[in-house]
Amino acid sequence: MFNPTPRQFTALKAALFVLALLPFVRLVAFTLLDRLGANPVEFITRNTGDWTLYFLCFTLAVTPLRRLLSWNWLLKLRRMTGLYAFFYATLHFTTFLWFDHFFDVDEMWKDVVKRPFITIGFIAFVLLIPLALTSTNGMIRRLGGKRWQWLHRLVYVVAPLGILHFWWMKAGKHDFAQPILFGAIIAALLLLRVVWAVAKGRAAKGLPEPA
Amino acid sequence: MLIHRRPNGLDLPFSSEITPRSVFESRRSFIKQMALGSIAGGALFASASAMAQGGNGQKLAAKPNGSYIVADKETSYQDVTTYNNFYEFGTDKSEPAHYASTLQTHPWQISIEGEVKKPLVLDLDSLMKLAPLEERVYRHRCVEGWSMVIPWVGYSLSALLKKVEPTGNAKYVEFTSLADKKQMPGVRSPVLEWPYVEGLRIDEANHPLTLLTLGLYGEVLPNQNGAPVRIAVPWKYGFKSAKSIVKIRFTKDQPRTAWNLAAPQEYGFYSNVNPEVDHPRWSQASERRIGEDGLFTKKRKTLMFNGYGDVASLYTGMDLKKYF
Repeated sequence: MFNPTPRQFTALKAALFVLALLPFVRLVAFTLLDRLGANPVEFITRNTGDWTLYFLCFTLAVTPLRRLLSWNWLLKLRRMTGLYAFFYATLHFTTFLWFDHFFDVDEMWKDVVKRPFITIGFIAFVLLIPLALTSTNGMIRRLGGKRWQWLHRLVYVVAPLGILHFWWMKAGKHDFAQPILFGAIIAALLLLRVVWAVAKGRAAKGLPEPA
Repeated sequence: MLIHRRPNGLDLPFSSEITPRSVFESRRSFIKQMALGSIAGGALFASASAMAQGGNGQKLAAKPNGSYIVADKETSYQDVTTYNNFYEFGTDKSEPAHYASTLQTHPWQISIEGEVKKPLVLDLDSLMKLAPLEERVYRHRCVEGWSMVIPWVGYSLSALLKKVEPTGNAKYVEFTSLADKKQMPGVRSPVLEWPYVEGLRIDEANHPLTLLTLGLYGEVLPNQNGAPVRIAVPWKYGFKSAKSIVKIRFTKDQPRTAWNLAAPQEYGFYSNVNPEVDHPRWSQASERRIGEDGLFTKKRKTLMFNGYGDVASLYTGMDLKKYF
């Protein structure tokens, strides 16, 4: 079983931080080098949306991986992947507000209300905000572990909403290959939790575990 | 590019302003090298811009037709040939430029049938000679909210209609695109019902703006733009302009068109460019002009019928919100 020393862990964490920032660095570089292709706004919107979904998957994968591989140290990286999901979601939303609507909040609001796929994406983004705000150690202490954990289960709602938003967006093109892939990954990650919760419930009641 | 005003009032680019093919190609190989270098440096930095598969570069002599040349700045050859919706080669807009080289455009036959007195099967050469080739610069508005300005080469579809003599029963014209899994990898995927079918009402097909298109930028159509023959209907959303056409059928009933079948509430049969009728998932009131409206430019207003107001008479008395 791999169990990094504190020094190794620090290096690992730093490497992850830098790696997770690379998609953003790439976007900035491509913008400056004029290499975003024919439709730069579309490129940035899709790219930041994709990376939000990637980081939501990484974040939701931490608990299952930790249990399956007994890598407890993974837990200490989850705050970072979660905050990166929020970071890319914020860029995604900002692209929409800035480059699509030029900060015309009225116009943006009309779009959000009128178009279900944007409504869903917007709700998912808003629900991420309290999670980001309560990600500090201080906030965990202030809320208390139990309440904090309940609050952060919101991510179980946010991830499926993100998939729905993506699904709806792709529906116009009848191109479901990617939403199905992301949906299957998220469904599997959430289902594992249900299975474990059920098993735990049975164990607590003294029932035999299913074979 | 500066727009020079010619004494005759036409806004034609001088041939000296059009990027020469050799220069364009050397740019492409530069991009290719950049992309290769960046793969070595990590796939993360692979280029966002597609490598264009140009046409075979065969020139197509055409006389500019001043009546059909918009004053807007032309979209670059690079953007016109690398940012395409052509699902037969994949749903990503960079895919047609990557994969369309497998399309065989010679020999090519197009069959004209249905409600006509003189059905015909034409090969490409006869099609090219059916009427004098013209260059026309049209606005092209995609239903997705972006637009281009493209110098097409072709002639009015009405010339073909005259030749085959539609019967009194011919109320619609149906265009069928090639659907060959061997040449078109996208046809294996079930995103649409294949073959791609589009259609027009007969009076729309007869309108002089409707262009039977054989080339762009003074050369034969590049594969990714719908080679060897497509239609260009500039007052309708781009998907109405069928590509790589193998059959033109004249019918009594309204054709079952591909996008209308796939999502009738999103894509109407008419699909005239109309800023007042939104797509269910986005507004059609404005558009982004490819190559001009960058990150920090506001989108421009979309014009009714894409600015081709002449066609309004085709729709007098029709509720265009209902028949969208």
